[in-house]
Amino acid sequence: MSRAGDDLHHGADHEHGSELSETQLRVRALESLLVDKGYVDPAALDVLIETYETKVGPHNGARVVAKAWVDPGFRQWLLTDSGAAIASLGYGGRQGEHLVALENTSSVHNLVVCTLCSCYPWPVLGLPPVWYKSAPYRSRAVADPRGVLHDFEVELPADTAIRVWDSTAEVRYLVVPMRPAGTDGWGEAELARLVTRDSMIGAGLPKRPQDVR
Amino acid sequence: MNGAHDMGGVHGFGAVLPEPDEPVFHADWERRVLALTLAMGATGQWTLDAARFARENRPPADYLSRSYYQIWLAGLQQLLVERGLVAPDELEAGRSLRSAKAVKRTLAARDTAGLLKRGGPTDREAPRPARFQVGDQVRAKNMHPVTHTRLPRYVRGHTGTITRAHGCHVFPDSNAHGHGEDPQWLYTVSFQGRELWGAAADPAMVASVDAFEPYLEPAR
Repeated sequence: MSRAGDDLHHGADHEHGSELSETQLRVRALESLLVDKGYVDPAALDVLIETYETKVGPHNGARVVAKAWVDPGFRQWLLTDSGAAIASLGYGGRQGEHLVALENTSSVHNLVVCTLCSCYPWPVLGLPPVWYKSAPYRSRAVADPRGVLHDFEVELPADTAIRVWDSTAEVRYLVVPMRPAGTDGWGEAELARLVTRDSMIGAGLPKRPQDVR
Repeated sequence: MNGAHDMGGVHGFGAVLPEPDEPVFHADWERRVLALTLAMGATGQWTLDAARFARENRPPADYLSRSYYQIWLAGLQQLLVERGLVAPDELEAGRSLRSAKAVKRTLAARDTAGLLKRGGPTDREAPRPARFQVGDQVRAKNMHPVTHTRLPRYVRGHTGTITRAHGCHVFPDSNAHGHGEDPQWLYTVSFQGRELWGAAADPAMVASVDAFEPYLEPAR
């Protein structure tokens, strides 16, 4: 698969004037046709885009993780009945109908991939980043997870077990990273600022207190 | 199918390149492709499994040369033509040249939030008891269907352990091709890294897939 840079080149660089990319022209023609046929409502398209560009994103998942960090009862619920616990915060639905939370500990690190396509827990993380859908990640995560983590500048102790979860069905996985040291007494909102998207895929670690203060 | 989409363990793609502060979309047409794909999916003319097959069922060189939203675009165009909703000359023209085909529903803006909230749960009532339980040793079958499947090549023929049971779910291998939902038990099967990749693999790694019961046989 070609990389994000190709999209950048064919897309953003040629937004204006007559230099529209072939892909951009094709998409325009397709949208006009489907609206003309009455198959799609342009107003619904705008709502879909607005939803995934501004409303649904990793801030949802960060709220789930931060709550699990401060509330042992919620953490337990999250790990035993993830979908219900996450739904209690208002998140669920498309591409997150069957959610499972995976807890990282000092002995086990979880990493999530979809080798066959791009399955990803949309309600809590939004749409997947380009690297998650890229051939390098999909090919290597299941065979050389430590090498992949190295690409993200994450180095784990050699005796930390790595569990890779290939999302091959409709179950969607959310990693609950370890709570960073030095955050005693922090509230949920403050903790949520430490929870990165990559840390909820297992490809990164949360920010440290000194990164946000 | 054994397509280019089935990437687990393939060499030569290089390093993963995370993009700092990555935007949700890299071009406006990507926004439109996402929305068109979701809105057309809501018309009920095909299943999510059929959409996945339309994306993956292409020559490897073609699959590998497209960006991800370009694959979605190609898959969507293919389904539209296959199902008789549009014709190739209309795709070229960018306007309707013939009357539209009746679709089950059209997604309205006011119904969009509800549709996303409901999603499309795939769990179904069990038609029969489960054949396996957590702790069982199973082998992923050595199978190579030319049709849609969600059993990746890198686990086929290998032995693992059932580590989770997820109930019965719609069976993509059937549902992708219009043969009905045919619900099957779904399990997480965990494989030791060395079982999959040999002696050089990280001894501290385990990889799991979510596998439907027809993909599995008892290991003993």
